[in-house]
Amino acid sequence: MSGPAFTIARATPESRIALVFALLGLLALATGPYWMDRNSMRLVGEFLIYLGLASLWNLLAGYAGLVSVGQQAYVGFGGYVLFGCAMFLGVPPLLAVPIAGATAALLSIPVSYLVFRLKGAYFAIGTWVVAEVFMLLASQWQAMGGGSGVSLPIAIVRSIGSTRDMREQMIYWTTLGVTVAVLIAVYLLLRSRWGLALQAIRDSEVAAESSGVSVASAKRLLYVVACAGAAMIGSLIFMAKLRISPSSAFSVNDWTAFVIFITVIGGIGRIEGPVIGTILFFLLRETLSDLGASYLIVLGCVAVAIMLFAPKGIWGLVQDKFGWQLFPVGRRLILNTNKEGA
Amino acid sequence: MKSISGSRPMAEPALLEIENLNAFYGTFQALFDVAINIAAGETIAVIGANSAGKSTLMRSIVGLTPTRDASIRFRGENLATLETQHIVRRGIALVPEGRRLFRSLSVEENLLAGGQLKRKGPWSLERVYHLFPILKERRAQPSTSLSGGQQQMVAIGRALMANPDLLMIDELSLGLAPIVIKDIYAALPKITGEGTASIIVEQDTGQALAVAKRVYCLRGGRVTLEGAARSLSREAISAAYFGV
Amino acid sequence: MVWVNAIVQGILVGGLYALFAAGLSLIFGVMRLVNIAHGDLIVLAAYMALTCVTLTDLNPLLAIFVVAPFSALAGYAFQRLLFNRTLGADILPPLLVSFGLSVIIQNALLQIYSADSRKLNAGGIEIASIPIVQGLSIGVLPLLMFVTAILTIGALQFMFYATPLGRALRATSDDQDVARLMGYDNKHLYAIAMAISLAVVAIAGIFLAVRTNFDPALGPQRLIFGFEAVIIGGLGNLWGTLAGGVILGVAQALGAMIDPGWQLLAGHLVFLAILAFRPEGLFPRVDG
Repeated sequence: MSGPAFTIARATPESRIALVFALLGLLALATGPYWMDRNSMRLVGEFLIYLGLASLWNLLAGYAGLVSVGQQAYVGFGGYVLFGCAMFLGVPPLLAVPIAGATAALLSIPVSYLVFRLKGAYFAIGTWVVAEVFMLLASQWQAMGGGSGVSLPIAIVRSIGSTRDMREQMIYWTTLGVTVAVLIAVYLLLRSRWGLALQAIRDSEVAAESSGVSVASAKRLLYVVACAGAAMIGSLIFMAKLRISPSSAFSVNDWTAFVIFITVIGGIGRIEGPVIGTILFFLLRETLSDLGASYLIVLGCVAVAIMLFAPKGIWGLVQDKFGWQLFPVGRRLILNTNKEGA
Repeated sequence: MKSISGSRPMAEPALLEIENLNAFYGTFQALFDVAINIAAGETIAVIGANSAGKSTLMRSIVGLTPTRDASIRFRGENLATLETQHIVRRGIALVPEGRRLFRSLSVEENLLAGGQLKRKGPWSLERVYHLFPILKERRAQPSTSLSGGQQQMVAIGRALMANPDLLMIDELSLGLAPIVIKDIYAALPKITGEGTASIIVEQDTGQALAVAKRVYCLRGGRVTLEGAARSLSREAISAAYFGV
Repeated sequence: MVWVNAIVQGILVGGLYALFAAGLSLIFGVMRLVNIAHGDLIVLAAYMALTCVTLTDLNPLLAIFVVAPFSALAGYAFQRLLFNRTLGADILPPLLVSFGLSVIIQNALLQIYSADSRKLNAGGIEIASIPIVQGLSIGVLPLLMFVTAILTIGALQFMFYATPLGRALRATSDDQDVARLMGYDNKHLYAIAMAISLAVVAIAGIFLAVRTNFDPALGPQRLIFGFEAVIIGGLGNLWGTLAGGVILGVAQALGAMIDPGWQLLAGHLVFLAILAFRPEGLFPRVDG
């Protein structure tokens, strides 16, 4: 043997192209307020919110095997932290976003010790119970209007931006910033030794524990990150809505069902899945919006069909066909043959 | 493949005749072109080291491990395309490696589960208890409370309850105390005496060669030796077994 | 006496919660499937009873004999066509398929019956009660509900531990491959288990509909009550599930005495306390 017969690489040709496209897209989105109208901006803001929530849920369910049906607990929690901080502590709303993330992270640790006692599918319902408890407690918070909720006082709304346009721009940029931060955090976490250990376990039982990383603490880390992210996104959702109530803040349909469908349709356990899923979700929604409640039926049927016939989702199908890896997490082994390929 | 000529007493047509058996776990091939046969009422042994493919062979016959284009003929009918629960209906019973009793069932319930197809034949709860009297004493106990040897008796009894025409016992003596192994081998003639053909799978060759009429040796997923048990020399067996 | 009354009513409601839980527990025990749509199927059964009563003028309690067999048949078909395809080492497919089913059922009910709340009227039996002492009486309907729960769980227990079918279900639950070696047809057995589960769901759905108002969005909470009863009682123990349902019912009744807003919260808190201090439940099954 004259030299190493292999090289180790993470980047793929298509991942370099994807990076260029991602940066161009980011640039387009960042300058959005200068070229989009109000409705498009609102739509893009919502798109970013679902992209962030779906990426976080994918991190939990697709990589850590923690199928939560209760992430609305943290979305609502983030919303209530924002309203609480702004209304009673005089914290500027935008500053309340990281506070929502930090407090949610702190809260999610004791919660994780409870719900992690439930395995597999029972974990799912356990997280749902926690979300119900959060909602019931919020309903008891009389200063926040109890069960009927509360609107953000005008003075606080003005403090975000003096005009409506300025306010919506500020919220838009913050949403973009938080979503990009969430996506980078998810990507870095999956590339870290904790993320790689969890993927090793998911992909092969033999590899379990051999990486020297405690599976339990890796899962807990991912859970805490997912909860903090959901809370930050939650605070932004209700900053844009200017109004919060327990039923909207802790809605299982809005903050979990849609998110699960997005991830399943796009491709669960694949970092690209939520991106594809969110795009498809918005395309479907814009074309089927006049269907009303049947829209959810159609979406549910599509998700069930995908789970039955293409459990790796749309992106899984693409990957099987072309072998693309746009945002590679793991390293690949490339055997050097005589014919040095590209 | 070495074959000792004239060692196949094929006076009657084969009960089970396997040809061209290739078995896979995912992309890993565990069996290569395996061919074996057994006549009605005959006892044969399949020997080989750990991971030689013996258990895979048993699992392939009953349809628990996928095969590719194999011919597994039982009384002339190809089993290769049938599902496990339909294969066993035709009169094949397997005592799986590691016994695998139903842990939430009592001893007697395990036996009754074995007989649930209600095939006609010599074996009944009474006959199994007669064969292994200790099981009658323990009939109401959870199967997990038994010793390894007693569990093997339940596993064999459970298979017999199906009144099979072909009984296959995978790793009969693995993990059992020598005295228990002796007891179980002592009971074997009573089983084969009823006209049941049997395949005994063993790592430990001595006992198996004593009861079997013919023997197949597997190594690396291939049949390396086949012949009449009495005619095979110790050297031939260890060559086939270890590949030296 | 107000408190005693609350406890007694809580115990009786616990029977209904045990009915919610029994079908869930059975399915999990046999095939490790947690059916997220379980609560929505209970509500679906309530609507089926509503339709049946509207069409035939039957007494709602007698509608059980129409709805339960229909529900069981549907369960068999569901399992054969849908859930059997999802069962395997990976827990994601069954979980997500049942979650999708839950959303589909909820919205289909919303489409067909609207969001208005409905109730089934069982006639005089609803107000009939047996006075025990001054200030404490037991309603005939809650009592009937509780007795039905005991009979149902007793029947399930008998089926599971004293019949060839129960033996087959336990064998399949223990070891799928070896069960097939005995000639058991797992897919058929799973479908039978789902059919039994949905027959129990039908019973629960009808009592739900007679006892309170119901609407299409009620399902998830019934799932949660059933789930909490299972965990409080201990996995794999049907009588424990009944006890779990009773504890949940009493906790909710006592919570409601303190403040109406505390009714549900008190139940959840008892569940979380059990999870924190006795995660195996109060009456876990002892394996031999």
